[in-house]
Amino acid sequence: MFKILKKRDVSPSVKLIEIEAPLVANSAKSGQFVVLRLKDGGERIPLTIADKDKKKGTLTIVFQVVGKTTQELSVYKAGDSIKDLLGPLGKATDFGGAKNIVCVAGGVGIAEIYPEVKELQEEGKKVTTIIGARNKSLLFFEEELKAVSSALHITTDDGSSGRKGFVSDVLKDLLTSDKSIDLVVAVGPVIMMKVVSELTKNFNVRTIVSLNPIMLDATGMCGACRVTVGGKTLFGCVDGPSFDGHQVDFGGLMKRLNQFKDEEKNSAEIYKLKCAECR
Amino acid sequence: MPINPKKTDMSKQAPEARVKNFNEVALGYNEAEALKEAARCLQCKKPFCIEGCPVNVNIPAFIKLVGEKKYDEAAKKIKETNSLPAVCGRVCPQEEQCELKCIVGKKNEPVGIGRLERFVADAEMKAGNIEKNAVKLPEKKLAKVVIAGSGPAGLTCAGDLAMLGYDVTIYESLHATGGVLRYGIPQFRLPKEILDIEVDYLRKLGVKIIVNVLVGKTIPVAELFKQGYAAVFIGAGAGLPSFLGVPGENLAGVYSANEYLTRINLMQAYKFPETDTPVRIGGRVAVVGAGNVAMDAARCSLRLGAKEVYIVYRRSEEEMPARKEEIENAVEEGVKLHLLTAPVEVLGDEKTGRVTGLKVIKCSLGEPDASGRRRPVIIPGSEYVMELDTVVSAIGQSPNPLIPQSMPELKTGKWGNIVTNEETGETSVPGVYAGGDIATGAATVIAAMGAGKKAAASMDKYIKAKLGIG
Ligand SMILES: Cc1cc2nc3c(=O)[nH]c(=O)nc-3n(C[C@H](O)[C@H](O)[C@H](O)COP(=O)(O)OP(=O)(O)OC[C@H]3O[C@@H](n4cnc5c(N)ncnc54)[C@H](O)[C@@H]3O)c2cc1C
Repeated sequence: MFKILKKRDVSPSVKLIEIEAPLVANSAKSGQFVVLRLKDGGERIPLTIADKDKKKGTLTIVFQVVGKTTQELSVYKAGDSIKDLLGPLGKATDFGGAKNIVCVAGGVGIAEIYPEVKELQEEGKKVTTIIGARNKSLLFFEEELKAVSSALHITTDDGSSGRKGFVSDVLKDLLTSDKSIDLVVAVGPVIMMKVVSELTKNFNVRTIVSLNPIMLDATGMCGACRVTVGGKTLFGCVDGPSFDGHQVDFGGLMKRLNQFKDEEKNSAEIYKLKCAECR
Repeated sequence: MPINPKKTDMSKQAPEARVKNFNEVALGYNEAEALKEAARCLQCKKPFCIEGCPVNVNIPAFIKLVGEKKYDEAAKKIKETNSLPAVCGRVCPQEEQCELKCIVGKKNEPVGIGRLERFVADAEMKAGNIEKNAVKLPEKKLAKVVIAGSGPAGLTCAGDLAMLGYDVTIYESLHATGGVLRYGIPQFRLPKEILDIEVDYLRKLGVKIIVNVLVGKTIPVAELFKQGYAAVFIGAGAGLPSFLGVPGENLAGVYSANEYLTRINLMQAYKFPETDTPVRIGGRVAVVGAGNVAMDAARCSLRLGAKEVYIVYRRSEEEMPARKEEIENAVEEGVKLHLLTAPVEVLGDEKTGRVTGLKVIKCSLGEPDASGRRRPVIIPGSEYVMELDTVVSAIGQSPNPLIPQSMPELKTGKWGNIVTNEETGETSVPGVYAGGDIATGAATVIAAMGAGKKAAASMDKYIKAKLGIG
């Protein structure tokens, strides 16, 4: 059992939990993730490690409430326990010695990019961060990210915070004005990572994206998380989750992500009904 | 009295009934049947059957005890060398091992050794005597050891080391024990309750089993030695599945057999939405491949409501690697064999990205290839399309890559397998041993157990030499 020590709402649909998992906290590196299963009969879902504290032996996980399991997890409180948690999984992100990096994040990716920005800043790199959301209420971690970035840019679709528009608009300006940018890291919705990768390809700047394919065991056994990268079949849990954005077949990834859409919707609906009943 | 030329039959659930449930297909011998079969054993002075068994069960001795109705004694006899008899009695390919060497089998059908082994193990369970029969072990332990993986290789190595007096910890990366025995082999061939009892037997031998720990990631192997463990055994099993290598293999609705069976067995997708993990089967399923894994995937599909289930295999029936018994079972249940047929392309719907069919081509058999089996040769112009909802790829896996990835000093072979000395399980790193599918590539339960056993013996020697004892 893995105990939740802290729980807070980061935004209406994004929650943060701190979990006791000393072994995982001790080995985790930025870009890695855990798989957790709430209880018997539960599904295994991958979640990025947003932060860790080796001394306290804890992990911070930030998740967006989307399907049944994240809905269920969103009502867990400090003191509650998660049945199974495995990690750290996947490879740590390889920044390849880049010096002037732009980190781009959207949605829950804002939490996922935090450890990478922090690591780069600690290594003395120049890190510019761009975060975006549909509107102001969906933004979070602005202060945390500001503290570890050389500069922080914010965009919202409706202009309720920062610049009106998309993260890619800011990125395009930066790439145009600063030719020394040698790496872009993008984490967030697939469509955002796709747009960013297409943009950086035109500027010929290396780009790392962090993919979120469907996973099952996440230990290199089942092959559910396969993605096509540079025409080859690779595996999210073993070769990833970070890949070269210029090589990823985003269209194929989106289709595979939709594989169980009906079932997932059904399961979440049933859960909601049951919750309504027990209230 | 002349020997009965035929093995005593074992009753099975009727095909029409069993395709509607996940209950065990083969029902096992009753006492009278077991006694009748035990009487067929010649009690050879020089028993070849023992040589045929990778863990060298003293077969004539346990069968003799069955004949004397000493079932507890028979169970103890088997467990001297095999701590998973109820599993082995069900899933071992006895026809290629002990029973292949049986002298009775030279002129008649061999003695049903597997069926008798199962009878003995089940009798001990039913009588509730497992705990009573467990060997008593010394309190004081020689040293601490770690086993990575709780599949048959890891469980066997753990059991042997516990009996030799070690403090044994198994780390398992999944949330449940058993490896393939849990996530791969379905309930109707190996009930999980049986597996639970055999895993529990190891706990009774003092083995600690900790799930949710991936050795190499959660704890690096080097760290284990720092924590004072004297040796480590890696039984991490088979890993990444091979895919078809044809266009469309990543369409939605193409599963590896590992994914398909893990959803169904480990995650209990057949109870969705009562459980949370879905699996989409559809009406028409093709399973590519013809091993045990393929048969299991095909038979699960039928049980989950598929109307038509096909095995697509590029060689002929003779070359099918699955156990004969399981092929027969599958065919009886309604699985259709498309033999001498190879996949060319998985067809899908442009918009949804879902499978709609499989384009295949007919083959004939040519000259034998490196594996000694006749090579399939495609017949030009013989393509046709099978309309399908689901394609399962059951054409093999490579060894799990995660531990080798975490230890560059660990020597691996061409397929990513950990290189070991076959006789001892030693790897290129002192104190680190390996065996089972991680070393050989996908093989059998009993081969993995044999490897776990050999490794346990050499780990014992290695540690005792280091400690200056024995
Ligand atoms: C569907 C199917 C049907 C089969 N049918 C038969 C049959 O009828 N008869 C037969 O003899 N054989 C059969 N086999 C083959 C047989 O099951 C395998 O050869 C055997 O299980 C291999 O045992 P193992 O201990 O090496 O590995 P596995 O059984 O694969 O166990 C490895 C275990 O290690 C865990 N692990 C992996 N990496 C780590 C790590 N780093 N740290 C901790 N734990 C880790 C895994 O989660 C797993 O639980 C079948 C296989 C499949 C897939």
